[in-house]
Amino acid sequence: MDLNLDAPHSMGTTIIGVTYNGGVVLGADSRTSTGMYVANRASDKITQLTDNVYVCRSGSAADSQVVSDYVRYFLHQHTIQLGQPATVKVSANLIRMLAYNNKNMLQTGLIVGGWDKYEGGKIYGIPLGGTVVEQPFAIGGSGSSYLYGFFDQAWKENMTKEEAEVSILISMLMP
Amino acid sequence: MTFTIPIENGNGVKNAEADSQRTLYPYVTGTSVVAIKYKDGILMASDMGGSYGSTLRYKNIERMKAIGKHSLLGASGEISDFQEILRYLDELMLNDNMWDDGNSLGPKEVHNYLTRVMYNRRNKFNPLWNTLVLGGVKNGEKYLGMVSMIGVSFEDNHVATGFGNHLARPILRDEWREDLSFEEGVKLLEKCMRVLLYRDRSAINKLQIAKMTEEGVTVSEPYSLKTFWDFKAFTNPTVGAEGSW
Repeated sequence: MDLNLDAPHSMGTTIIGVTYNGGVVLGADSRTSTGMYVANRASDKITQLTDNVYVCRSGSAADSQVVSDYVRYFLHQHTIQLGQPATVKVSANLIRMLAYNNKNMLQTGLIVGGWDKYEGGKIYGIPLGGTVVEQPFAIGGSGSSYLYGFFDQAWKENMTKEEAEVSILISMLMP
Repeated sequence: MTFTIPIENGNGVKNAEADSQRTLYPYVTGTSVVAIKYKDGILMASDMGGSYGSTLRYKNIERMKAIGKHSLLGASGEISDFQEILRYLDELMLNDNMWDDGNSLGPKEVHNYLTRVMYNRRNKFNPLWNTLVLGGVKNGEKYLGMVSMIGVSFEDNHVATGFGNHLARPILRDEWREDLSFEEGVKLLEKCMRVLLYRDRSAINKLQIAKMTEEGVTVSEPYSLKTFWDFKAFTNPTVGAEGSW
């Protein structure tokens, strides 16, 4: 068995975002792997961008971190200029801008989730390539393959916060 | 970073670093778009699927969008590039409005703009990975055209992208007429979309039909087609069990 310790850190991840009748719930696992070795078993893949917007990161650890850092910086300036909290849509679009314009170099899939006073709780999926898709719930990362079937039957409109949380907890149990 | 020595040959100097800026392959893709001219204008149909390789990842992607008052753009191929094209067109229409001269860009002009954009990107080896269908009605004139990712551009009475080229075109060549009514046009498009649903692996049964007339552009709510699966061999499977594939 060959432990390729020089392999790029990728996240072998499951990330989920679910809207409910008062906002959004985000979930993620905590494993970062380098090839077969688990480099970090306590990673925090849910990253804060502003007081009201968070992003779930998957794919290359480095790429997703640097994109988050840039967007946090842009949003900070944007909030100062705007004079009020940034919207989830703007946050998602800033991520899209970086993801799309650097699509040849980046390998990261992201789920942006947050709450603002105009649209309430919103989830935006931003897969490889830089497409933005607004969704009532989003799944991502290599671990999400197992969840397409589960969410197809488990998800329904207007869930309560508890139902949303439970669906995420159950999902994390899937391999 | 490796230092490459430029090699001279008949085509000029080659340098590996120059290859770094190009779209290599699509990630999230939409499948066929089919469109026809009919008596009062243009009808266009597409499904709402966004595939990620062989997985049908997104089932709510709108692949047809109104452009100004007169045109509708449908796209197959990479969705992020389609979204970028919509931004370019937004800017185009905004600048057109700002002239405030009572004129507005019609489908012919938008088609020409898109052709230039697609062809120029192709020349830089950095294509927008889409096949676009542009239709509309302005001043009573119906217009329907198509542009591919390499900049091939033309107009016709009926067009189709992707799998639609192979499956829908023959049907349209056979059954399209100049004076189709709205209902006949929709039925013809649904016939094409049904065949695509049966035979295109990346198609889903959730489609929209868009209508362009002098009055304006409307995109229908998503709906599904009825399909036939009542094959005799399946209704009574044991009867024909031996020697059946």
